[in-house]
Formats: sequence, structure tokens, C-alpha cells
Amino acid sequence: MERDDLIQDHKYSVAANHDEAHGVEIRKKIWKVTGILTLITVVEVLIGAFIKQYDATGGDNTLWPYVKIGFLVLTVVKAAYIVLIFMHLGDERKSFKWVILAPYILFILYLIFICLTESSYWHEVFEGANSINP
Amino acid sequence: MAGKTENISRSELWGGDGSPFRISYGKQWMWMFLVSDALTFGGLLTAYGFARHQAPSWPIGEETFNAMPFLGNGFPLLYVALMTFILIVSSVTMVLAVEAAHRLDKKGVIKWLLLTVIGGFFFVGSQAWEWYHFIHGTHFGSILTSQGWAVVDYNAANELILNMGRGITIVGAEATSLLENATATMQGANLLENEYAPMVPQYANFFFFITGFHGFHVFSGVVFNLIILINVVKGVYDKRGHYEMVEKVGLYWHFVDLVWVFVFTFFYLL
Repeated sequence: MERDDLIQDHKYSVAANHDEAHGVEIRKKIWKVTGILTLITVVEVLIGAFIKQYDATGGDNTLWPYVKIGFLVLTVVKAAYIVLIFMHLGDERKSFKWVILAPYILFILYLIFICLTESSYWHEVFEGANSINP
Repeated sequence: MAGKTENISRSELWGGDGSPFRISYGKQWMWMFLVSDALTFGGLLTAYGFARHQAPSWPIGEETFNAMPFLGNGFPLLYVALMTFILIVSSVTMVLAVEAAHRLDKKGVIKWLLLTVIGGFFFVGSQAWEWYHFIHGTHFGSILTSQGWAVVDYNAANELILNMGRGITIVGAEATSLLENATATMQGANLLENEYAPMVPQYANFFFFITGFHGFHVFSGVVFNLIILINVVKGVYDKRGHYEMVEKVGLYWHFVDLVWVFVFTFFYLL
């Protein structure tokens, strides 16, 4: 008996093939994204090497919180380009895209929230602000 | 109602046969594996954030990682930037291999996949050097002075410099007296103590676990790419009519690059 699920599977894999004309277009996009990723990395390293977390006396640099948020935004932009273009998730069906992204984003945001809340409390304990004795 | 359902085109909506996502099982489950793997890395990095956020102080990336092979210290983040660039380039050669695979261009796939494997070996080698340097530590190690821990260094004129962290240095007679009266010394890093953050031993643990787990992924990715490369050369996928295996290992390889983007930000930049 022929396995119709395997035949379907094979059809999907073959359907992903494309011709030379389409290939030229895709390669153009790849080189564009390469440029963007390289540029972002260079900017990140320059900021990291030249903007210090501290000022001349060793105190906190007041600019640093904004730099930190900037790093996070640049990182998410880089990640989005890698996942959507290099991993072709942007070209998959919308339903599949969200099956992959939605659970991950949901769980990781929750994990970050709960860990930051907990560690903020412990940070205050170690600084002596709270007492852990009942 | 019954008449309405007949109007739905099977090519547009899922009719009950095949995959609702219109992709093969292999690719779909590679994605599912990557989601679970991403949760593992997410857990590790969030745990790192937890430890760091609760600690009273934490070492600064550009002060710990400022060495270059053969050139010595004074190059903040340059080496890790180079590693990042190597991994991005190998990600690009991988996506070009996948593109060639979709055109059934065997020669193109071999060329780009081979370059990807070489890039992967370069990255693993770079990480080996990074670990070697991290474990052995700075030239003179750290000392515990009455003003806290300090990294010992000498400038070109052979004058003593004590780096107290956060850009503060002590030189001259004061530095000499602090060095003479030091109560403890430490050099390099292991799982119990490290000279970069003597007060937070977890710092080295997180370094070893997170970059080690990532490095193991890079290594296994190189092995997968090599196996697929051998199959491509042997013509296995020509017979099959499609090169989807190249796309699947490509997904894994891009994922390794993706994780490094986050490790780079959280361990080195912030």
C-alpha cells in the first residue's frame, strides 16, 4: 500500500524548489540582510567599547539605562531578521508562524517578568532594605 | 450550511489531508525542536539575569574581555566582535547554500556548505581560545587590598597599575603599598572562584555553562553540516528530487547564530 502521507510530504519538499530568476531575487535579499546585520553588530561594538557604564569618578553613567534599552532593541531587530529572513519563517504560512512564535514569546516574557520581580526583591534584601526574618 | 462547505477551495484551506501548515514533517519538527531548545537557552539566560540583578555588583564585559591573541590587553570587545562576525558570515553562507539547494544546484550547495563548515570550525576554535584565556586569567592576576579587589597590571614603562574596576586605577607609591599589603591573590577562573568577580563566583559558572552549551551546539552543528555535505557530494539528494535536508540543518545552524546574538548582548555588551 502506498503511504499517501509520504507522498504529500514529498510534494511539500519539492514545492519549495525555485528557478534561477527567483533565486536572483532571493540572493539580493540575503546580501541586504547581511549588510544590516553587520552594520548593527558594528554599531553595538562601538557603543559597547566607547560608552562606559560609569563616569570619571566611578559612579553610574546616567546615559547607561538608555544605552541598555538600545542594545535590547538592536538585539531583537537582529533576531527578527535571522528568524524571518534567514530561517524563512516569514515565508511560511501565517498559522505556522504563530504556532512557533506565540508560545515562545508568551512563556519567555512570563519567565523574564517573574525572574526580574524575584531578583529585585533579593537585591533589596542584600542591600539591607528588607528583612528576611518574619 | 452543507452547500457552503463545498465552495471552500482545498488549495486555500486545509481539507483534512496532508499538513495544515503545507510543510513536511521533517521541517515542522525541526522547528518544534528549535522552540524547545530556545526555551532551554532562554532559561539559562534568564537565570543569568536573575543572578546578576540580585547581586550588589557585577563585572563589566568590556573590562573582562579585552584581550586579543598575540596582541595582549586593551582591545575591549574586539575579539568577541570578531567571533560574532564569523558566525554571522557562516550564517550567510548557509542561507546561500539553502538557496542553491532550492535550485538543485549541486555545485553551489557544496561550495557554500563547505564554507559554512569552515566558518563553524573557526568559531569553535575562537571559543577554545576564549576559554583558555578566561581560565588562565590576566598576566598578574587579582589581589585583595584594603580598598577591595584589584587587577594587577604594568604599563610600558614597567610602572605598577591597579585596576579597581569601573575605570578607576591606582598608580605610584599608593599602588605599591597596596600590593605589598595584599591579603589574598587570585588568578584565572574555575567553578569555585574567579579573578574577574571574586565576590560573585557564579559569574564564571554562568560563563562556562552558557558559552559551553552554545559551543557544544556549534560543534554538533558543524558535525551535522559535514554529514549533509557528504550526502550532497554522494548525490543522495539528487536522487530524492529535493535538497530539503540542507534546509533542515540550515535551520539548526541559523538557530545557533540566533542564540549567539543574545549571548553576545547579555554576556558581553550589557
